[in-house]
Amino acid sequence: MDIRVQEAPFHLGAETDGFARKQSGMGAVVTFTGIVRDLGESRLDVMEIEHYPGMTQKALEDIAEEASNRWATGDILIIHRYGRLRPDEMIMMVATSARHRSDAFQAAEFLMDFLKSRAPFWKKEITDDGAEWVAARDADEDALTRW
Amino acid sequence: MMDVLYFAWVRERIGLPKERIEAPGATVMDLVKQLRAREERYEAAFADLSALRVAVDQELSDFDAPLAGAREVAFFPPMTGG
Repeated sequence: MDIRVQEAPFHLGAETDGFARKQSGMGAVVTFTGIVRDLGESRLDVMEIEHYPGMTQKALEDIAEEASNRWATGDILIIHRYGRLRPDEMIMMVATSARHRSDAFQAAEFLMDFLKSRAPFWKKEITDDGAEWVAARDADEDALTRW
Repeated sequence: MMDVLYFAWVRERIGLPKERIEAPGATVMDLVKQLRAREERYEAAFADLSALRVAVDQELSDFDAPLAGAREVAFFPPMTGG
């Protein structure tokens, strides 16, 4: 398990390649990448991501641990950034490996669902209209019940 | 003696990221009541508890959780990671 909380950008290609090459006997690697997008009515300038330094690493480790207990995963990588990000920058990525793709896909989806509402990150959008905290969506909380 | 931490709009509304509380009380709710009684900015931040989450010693918890032995309590809005 490799869990990183960092301000610096990461290189998706290099991380994915490095992760895949480390695996042994795994037939599947799945990755997901979250990107800052501008979907609001006003133009997004910066996405500020705050986190709870003392808690974040442990919370992500717990989520990854839970995923590896539920599915036959080989390995899990989570990278999540904080700080000031611009539109189209990569916020985070997860990678999972498994002998068969179903475990890798499901573990990745589980990680994403729990990361959204159980890892202590908060997003604030700075647009040309001002600054606003992104509200959690009921759908994100509801998504946890399917697991 | 306990550290109380605030994040996101809770931090902005109260106006500080962290403070020390001498006698927080027996439960998270006791601590909330004590904070609410302080000043209007606290009252505003803690007006709607359904809009808040709490962590005790860096683990997600509940407002009726006991504080015996706890060293750190954090209040924040629902998380928006990913």
